[in-house]
Amino acid sequence: MSSNRLGVASDDGRPKPPLLAQPSFSWIGVLPFLLFVFFFLILPSLTLFVGAFQDRDGNFTLENIRGLALPNILSAYWVTIRISVTTALMGGIFGFFLAYSLVTGNMPAWVRSSMATFCGVASNFAGVPLAQAFIFTLGRVGLVTVLLRDLFGIDLYDRGFNLYSFWGLSVTYLYFQLPLMVLVITPAIEGLQREWREAAENLGATPGQYWRYIGIPVLMPSLLGSMILLFGNSFGAYATALSLTGGLINLVTILIGSQIRGDVLHNPNLGYALAVGMVVVMSVMMVIYYALRRRSEYWLKR
Amino acid sequence: MKRNQFWNWFWIVLSLIYFFLPLYATFNFSLKARKGELSLLAYQQMIDDPRVLPALLFSTQIGIFTILLGLLLLVPTVYWVRLKAPRWRPILEFFSLLPFVIPAIVLVFGLIRTYSGGVFGLTATFAGTNFLLVAGYVVICLPYLYRSIDAGMAAIDVVTLTEAAQSLGADWGTILFRVIVPNLRSAMLSAAFLTMAIVLGEFTIASFLVGLRAFGPVIWQVGQNRAYQASALVIVSFAITWVLMGLINIVGRRGAAEEGVTAGPR
Repeated sequence: MSSNRLGVASDDGRPKPPLLAQPSFSWIGVLPFLLFVFFFLILPSLTLFVGAFQDRDGNFTLENIRGLALPNILSAYWVTIRISVTTALMGGIFGFFLAYSLVTGNMPAWVRSSMATFCGVASNFAGVPLAQAFIFTLGRVGLVTVLLRDLFGIDLYDRGFNLYSFWGLSVTYLYFQLPLMVLVITPAIEGLQREWREAAENLGATPGQYWRYIGIPVLMPSLLGSMILLFGNSFGAYATALSLTGGLINLVTILIGSQIRGDVLHNPNLGYALAVGMVVVMSVMMVIYYALRRRSEYWLKR
Repeated sequence: MKRNQFWNWFWIVLSLIYFFLPLYATFNFSLKARKGELSLLAYQQMIDDPRVLPALLFSTQIGIFTILLGLLLLVPTVYWVRLKAPRWRPILEFFSLLPFVIPAIVLVFGLIRTYSGGVFGLTATFAGTNFLLVAGYVVICLPYLYRSIDAGMAAIDVVTLTEAAQSLGADWGTILFRVIVPNLRSAMLSAAFLTMAIVLGEFTIASFLVGLRAFGPVIWQVGQNRAYQASALVIVSFAITWVLMGLINIVGRRGAAEEGVTAGPR
């Protein structure tokens, strides 16, 4: 009897819908979670959001949003987006080839499984330690820099490479982008069914035609979706960039960091607008990501 | 076919070189603290550094509290929603994935502006700041915690288990802690290890809230002026990540490794 009142047990083993006359109390169990999310996710975001539309005295204004078009802020967004697109493309393309080689290349099982584990580790090995590892590798006295100079007479830094700049940062970001791509694209590659290729070959298709008409169209949503994930991953990165460049590169995250430490923009509300701008870009990306994922699931269903 | 195999190995070997060079370079450097010979001096100096061990201990404690709060929040909620309130599922999922669109730097900005000073004044005390740090970490770990717990619950039939326990006369506490939780052990452990890996390496939120009390900011500061010790710290921190990921593979169900065990932007 008691179980019936609790609405759990019923003849067909499914939860019984609450009786019509009784109000639903199902929200009570979700309340602690909702409260937590409200106080530590929604409220902080709202604080920034409201602040972005206020002036110093708390009056409504669009001045801060217009302020995002200031040259140094616009350039921060531009550099951040460029670096995110670059590393998403590099990580996406190399990661795809690596994952494709691992899945379809008849590799020994241990190669595949150890590579999968390593990708899990490497995609989590980011931030300060990663930046320092690259300084020991490609910094001015890094191992590779010195080896190239002593053995081959190639001085990377004379040739315009600088670890503490755009390309240096990109090469470093690739260290967590590449393995992340391998992790997220592998299921999609596994979903490419052998029969499709065989059917295409039986009908006389060349490998080029197979890829053009079957492989790439099927994989495209997953590829784009994964690259969007990679984009977001480097768009929000702060620790890696800060410890690699010492804050000298003009990224939005770095700018927000300086704004928190001391009002470098000389307008607290402009700082809020900067942060809100990041959330807007990320939200747009996520909406596209979910739309693409829905499409790719259509083919991956077995 | 031969040609094909060449390209497969080409990509694998190329990425292995790319992956291992930075680790080798760092390891190599960490052994050269004493001029002219290989030694573990850098590691000795790292352990002797008064900043390192306390910070590691502090971050481990914060990690444990993050895991406890995260599981306490999510296990009953996901259970409740699966059992009694399936209508709330999309909402639960939405809020659990929401942290993906809020970069850590934006989250800590919002937390500071909301809770330092004003009505709350949480950052005025050590305890308040630590709590804020734990709360922030629960937020950034929410997507991974949720996915892991939800997948764990999907793998066991919570409705049938609950009915069986009820018909044997179990009360809710018994059901949750002696029926559901033991069945979720591997999901909870993978979530816990991943959370620990994220917290131990986290820099952004820690540096603004607690600064050098936490491990991430200490690695950063050591790197500013003590290169050999820093290289030793990098190797240690990589080893910690490796061990925690290895533990996930051991306790995890098949496929757990591929199922979103990656932290967000750093």
